[in-house]
Amino acid sequence: MLQTSDVALAEPKNDGRREHYLGAFRSMLLARVFEEKLASLYRGGKVIGGVFLSKGQEALSASLAAALRKGDIYAPLIRDTAGRFAFGETLLDAARTCIGSRLGPMRGRDGNVHRGKPREGYYAMISHLGTMISTVAGGLIARRFRGVTGVVGATCIGEGGTSTGSFHEGMNMAAVEKLPLVVVVANNQYAYSTPTSRQYACADLVDRAIGYGVRGHKIDGTDPQVCFDVVGEAVARARAGEGPQMVVADLLRLVGHGEHDDAHYVNHALKVSPIGRDCLDVARAQITAAGWMNATQIDALRDQLQAEVESAFAVVLREPLPDPNLEDWCALSTKSLAEGNA
Amino acid sequence: MPITYLEAIREAQAKLLADDPRVFIYGQDVGFFGGAFKATKGLAKEFPGRVLDSPISEDAQIGLAIGAAIEGMRPIIEIQFADFSTCGLNQIINHAATMFWRTNTKCPITVRLPCGGTAGAGPFHSQSMEALYAHYPGLIVLNPATVEDAYSMLIAAVHIDDPVIFCEHKYLYYHLKAEALPTEALPVGKARVARAGRDATIVAYSAMVHEALACAEELAQDGWQIEVVDLRSVKPLDTDTILGSVARTGRLLVVGEAFPWGGVTAEVVARVATEGFGLLDAPPVRLNAKDTPVPYHPNLWGTHRPTARAIIGAMRELLHA
Repeated sequence: MLQTSDVALAEPKNDGRREHYLGAFRSMLLARVFEEKLASLYRGGKVIGGVFLSKGQEALSASLAAALRKGDIYAPLIRDTAGRFAFGETLLDAARTCIGSRLGPMRGRDGNVHRGKPREGYYAMISHLGTMISTVAGGLIARRFRGVTGVVGATCIGEGGTSTGSFHEGMNMAAVEKLPLVVVVANNQYAYSTPTSRQYACADLVDRAIGYGVRGHKIDGTDPQVCFDVVGEAVARARAGEGPQMVVADLLRLVGHGEHDDAHYVNHALKVSPIGRDCLDVARAQITAAGWMNATQIDALRDQLQAEVESAFAVVLREPLPDPNLEDWCALSTKSLAEGNA
Repeated sequence: MPITYLEAIREAQAKLLADDPRVFIYGQDVGFFGGAFKATKGLAKEFPGRVLDSPISEDAQIGLAIGAAIEGMRPIIEIQFADFSTCGLNQIINHAATMFWRTNTKCPITVRLPCGGTAGAGPFHSQSMEALYAHYPGLIVLNPATVEDAYSMLIAAVHIDDPVIFCEHKYLYYHLKAEALPTEALPVGKARVARAGRDATIVAYSAMVHEALACAEELAQDGWQIEVVDLRSVKPLDTDTILGSVARTGRLLVVGEAFPWGGVTAEVVARVATEGFGLLDAPPVRLNAKDTPVPYHPNLWGTHRPTARAIIGAMRELLHA
């Protein structure tokens, strides 16, 4: 179900192309420097728990959130630091969750990529893959009940996550309800260490779209301009009432599954293939070729973002950590129905 | 005109839909068809667009409810048989149940589970799932044993700001009748002394309350006064009412229809042993289903689950212990 991109439908319009690109690029670059800092803190023992980076996936991730508007629903997954920033997450909230600050949205109760502010349309993923698809669909059903139109719900997953029953149930149900849902599949070639040959047997994951009755889009996830155009088009089609959209992007995870993983199993041939490109390098070339920024300006932007990241962590590393004596240890909002902790 | 336990559930949902625009029902065959047991009979017609058929996708049904709840709705999910809720287990225990604690966002979903055995239903249409859900933090598990509670507790469940597992017993659907719907109710979380006594306490819930009452009635002919406590909710568990009863009687038999390993009966005995050991005149006794899948044929099923006869046998031993 391959479709060529229909640029006429894409958001933004051509006249806003530069602003849209550079806005998304800023989130991509911020994600990269944020994650480099996070990896450094991890190696220094300052991060509790896992660190999962998204190097190589920043363009795809940013492309989805950059196409969303206030009032839309966004449920990012593990490698969506860029999308999170593009959706409006602050550096402080991101850093706080990774360090476990009591002042962060997760308050030390959950960490790293499991963060969000659901009431603001920024859903907090659970680790069980595929579950967010039906959850975003539920958010959209609620909007439909309220008579709210013109909103989009969007979520991301990897090719490994497409093998779950939850993915299938969610896609099918969203299609039955014809919801304005966009699911972006980052086919980064490995689910932890498992190659695609052990993950699925279809010729291409995008072929599944026709089976669900949703529109499929296939893109090179290393090309930022293509990501912005086609993902933007998918979001616009969903917003226009055309039903669920599934975007499958080919790219390569340029890091381990987590920072504990040296990714020795990654096929060298993939690294030197076109999907092994670093999307930030491609973005740099596209930006300079378009004459939107020169190399010096991009370097200056990177330095500026680096400084913002350093300041955020400098603040967060001095913030109070969770305190078991201040914790209410109650999982219910209805305190009167809580059990004791015998 | 008498109303059945099943009709009470239908009436509760009709009232909820009429009173609160945030309420909707989502489940397999619940729409025009009215549900496998007719618990939503006529509701799709009475409330257009608010009683929706779902695909056979328990995981996605619960996921949808969670998303809708985040956005302020009050979804009621009908799982066709409690047994199938294992296909949605992940969304219930890992997503709905953790939502408030992790994200400070309320997740007011009500999951209706038609549970418990009926003759001929077999291993996959008979299970009692309450212990499984009660094990997980962040869930409330209700088990109405009466028509009145089926009605009032379902209304209460939808008003609760947390995920509620509503275990409605299929055996009671048609067997149990009341004269009218209740106008007032005990609060959720309070157990009820269904029959007062002084010689021994039976703690039971759901359909087992009626087996326990039949036991108490029969033993009364021999002069025994058996107290029956109906838990009403297994989580929260009203330990105070249980301990109060054991303080009066000194003897405890806990009856459940679920499998024997762990579970609600074990939890009740553990609490009485740790918090009220000195109140006991004899070792507490548990009576559960057997440790096999629920059998299909009535000859086997009638012995697999506790019945009034089995409870009487256990109680006679306890009274003489």
